[in-house]
Amino acid sequence: MDALPIVWFVAIAVLWTGYILLEGFDLGVGMHMLFSARDEKQRRVMLNAIGPVWDGNEVWLLTAGAGTFAAFPYWYASLFSTLYIPLVLVLLGLIMRAVAIEYRGKITARRWTRFWDWSIGLGSAVAAFGLGAGLALTTTGLPIDANGDRVGGPFVWLTPVAVLGGLALVGFCLVHGATFLALKTDGPVRERMGRLVPRLAPVALLPIAGWAILVEVNDGKVLSWVLLLLAVAAGVVGWTMARGRREGWAFVGFAVFGALGAASIFAAVFPVVLPSTIDPAYDLTIWNAASGAYTLTVMTWVTAVALPFVLAYQAWSYWVFRKRIAPHHLPEAHDVVPAVRVAAAPAER
Amino acid sequence: MTVAAAATPGGGDPLDPLEIARWQFGITTVYHFMMVPLTLGLGLLVAILHTMWVRTGDEKWLRMTKFWGKLYLVNFIMGVATGIVQEFQFGMAWSEYSRFVGDVFGAPLAMEGLLAFFVESTFLGLWIFGWNRLPKRLHLATLWLAVIGSWISAYFILAANSWMQHPVGVDLVDGKPVLVDIGAVLTNNTLLAAFPHTMAGAVAVAGGFLLGISWYHLWQRRRDGIDTVDARGRVVVGEAPEIPGRDAADHRVWITSLRIGAVVAIVGFGAVAITGDIQGKLMYEQQPLKMAAAEAACHTGTSFSVLSIGELGAQDCDKVTPVIEIPGLLSFLAKGDFTTDVPGINELIPQYEEQYGTNLPDDALYGDRAGQAIQYLPIMEVTYWGFRIMIGFGALAAFAGVVALWLTRKGTVPTSKPLMQLAIFGILAPFGANAAGWIFTEMGRQPFVVAPNPNPSGVDGVFMFTAAAVSPGVDGGEIVFSLVSLGLVYLVLMVVEIALIVRYTRAGVAGVMPELFAPHDDDTPDPDGDAGDRDDVLAFAY
Repeated sequence: MDALPIVWFVAIAVLWTGYILLEGFDLGVGMHMLFSARDEKQRRVMLNAIGPVWDGNEVWLLTAGAGTFAAFPYWYASLFSTLYIPLVLVLLGLIMRAVAIEYRGKITARRWTRFWDWSIGLGSAVAAFGLGAGLALTTTGLPIDANGDRVGGPFVWLTPVAVLGGLALVGFCLVHGATFLALKTDGPVRERMGRLVPRLAPVALLPIAGWAILVEVNDGKVLSWVLLLLAVAAGVVGWTMARGRREGWAFVGFAVFGALGAASIFAAVFPVVLPSTIDPAYDLTIWNAASGAYTLTVMTWVTAVALPFVLAYQAWSYWVFRKRIAPHHLPEAHDVVPAVRVAAAPAER
Repeated sequence: MTVAAAATPGGGDPLDPLEIARWQFGITTVYHFMMVPLTLGLGLLVAILHTMWVRTGDEKWLRMTKFWGKLYLVNFIMGVATGIVQEFQFGMAWSEYSRFVGDVFGAPLAMEGLLAFFVESTFLGLWIFGWNRLPKRLHLATLWLAVIGSWISAYFILAANSWMQHPVGVDLVDGKPVLVDIGAVLTNNTLLAAFPHTMAGAVAVAGGFLLGISWYHLWQRRRDGIDTVDARGRVVVGEAPEIPGRDAADHRVWITSLRIGAVVAIVGFGAVAITGDIQGKLMYEQQPLKMAAAEAACHTGTSFSVLSIGELGAQDCDKVTPVIEIPGLLSFLAKGDFTTDVPGINELIPQYEEQYGTNLPDDALYGDRAGQAIQYLPIMEVTYWGFRIMIGFGALAAFAGVVALWLTRKGTVPTSKPLMQLAIFGILAPFGANAAGWIFTEMGRQPFVVAPNPNPSGVDGVFMFTAAAVSPGVDGGEIVFSLVSLGLVYLVLMVVEIALIVRYTRAGVAGVMPELFAPHDDDTPDPDGDAGDRDDVLAFAY
């Protein structure tokens, strides 16, 4: 059953791409909340644009991680242990960000909301940077030995490629998030983001193009080059549409750019999932990192049955919340006060 | 890391990666499992409350749904946030473990994502933002789906854990377990006992939570002179229009919540006890040394120790003397009769040494520990007290439920402040029982991370020493960094979560339904909560 590792390589690529496309705009919105919003109302409009869907999007990360564990345990073990420090930062970012989204509106005091704004903004940026660095490194290589363990200190991963990959995902998320906000909101945020995207995209998408080209030059195949060219074309379409304020098509253009870009990178590195910079003999490939045929068969069935449902009900949730969020849709934020008779409780607080 | 390597018992490095990684796993898991049982148990209760509202239209149920639903969400997010750490940690700190078990262990985790987490988080988002937007019954269905998703996720993660306690469904190929029967993994008898046990524990947590917080509100109403009692001690419900939320219906919210909480705590504990008994009997077969260590019992016998004194910490069962024993009870826990001898530590250790060796193999995987003597006896202080704290705290919560039902039989609580504080403090008891139970079962499995289960119950040779499981390429300093940074963030977030829960608790129903008590004007939302078309403002927004 030699096809199974290939099937699962594609499945993992799909899961990571799904994650980048969906949580990509969440992370971008998080950063824009901190850096692009002008006032409290704009921040709340941005947050509520992702409010009902962000948690479902984040599950793509958990599933991509667990899918890698299930299908390619050696890849999962080597990659995650080698990238120990950046993944700790990713986790801290994701934790602070998740809690911030839920807790921010619970108290209206300025210090409270500001603290959570920083948690959302920085948490999103750190998570995007760390994951981008990790994904770039798994395409270009890490110093791993014959057992797949890291050779060198805790910061041996910190290379120009890591920085490039980190910037690549941060840049993509910023563009994707801004395009999403232009599409999903109304009022000042829509206007600001509509103006921002055409100026931001050519700069912010350079690192991801750089990463893709780096991978193509090293490992490119005909298919991956074609995918890359199509990705660039989609990006140009997205940019043109953004200039014309065709918000829906701009979003589609940049999303297709992200999807085809990721596809081109995965296609280029295939079948190596984690090259060793020490000795090519230590490379982890889909053949030596995979689980057994039985496990892969089981997982294939589970995924084939579950994923269409996941896509269907996630799509439905987007449909339910399809309306643009405008400032006047937001209920007034309110604080809660203890239900006690003040006169009767002089000793309280 | 610059400290000269001192000779420590574990290994040469004072920042021993294995020890630190174990502490990290223990701390992050116990923390995660503070939030999770409340999510699982309270989610079920909120779904039932919401169902009652949809079926009866009685506003009492809507108020309860909104109030307990808010606390549910405040807690839910913490479980989500800390759950990601759990999944990443296997690869980051336990790469050798991940390689060894990867063929089996990743599958339930991936299924958890595909079949449970997606359902849970997508539909919870729909429930949170779906008020007044989705049709009433569809809106209710989204909550049920979210709760069912969370319960299914618990099933898969317990399937993974149960496999570590009792590896099944695999063949041993080239020294590694290879999955041959996913059905066996998903119907592992250890899992079939652990799942209801864990869920009953989660339900008990939610019961205690409702009980304590409702008690506070009934007490506050009496303290504020709103509710009084007549000559026969029966409640006379009053109103305080000047305090938002304190109308007559408010009393019904809290007395109903309190009674539900008490009953749920009692029923939960009953189910915990029954399923725990099944688990005990499996443990006696699958991990006899864990059972013996829970008893600190040197010698084979039939008596259960209620209290043992001596040096549990000396790891020498001959220094432990049982002072109160119940004859026959241990046999009952292990075998279901009163006479079967349950093997003691002194009998079991030689068996383990014979089967699995007296020293760790001379393999690079074990690092400095290669060739060291194996300590088969789990840390007895932990297993002995963990077992007893689990049972004691669990029973305490059920007892509190019985007492609460009796004291509130006439419709309200006594005015005693210490009693109210006790009810609030009692919320912690089932949490303590859950934590103690997990610490017991995980520490009791040591020195194995995958416990050996000889044929025919398990597969010969499928086991792993914890000492071989840690990531070989990661050094102690890195794990210290993650332990400290995660620990600090967790500490801050726990303070924040508790502060928010306290804040919403003190505010009562008015805190979550301000529109109900606001001065009435034309902007009040649809009282029946049907999909509103006349109001553009969202029913809920962050």
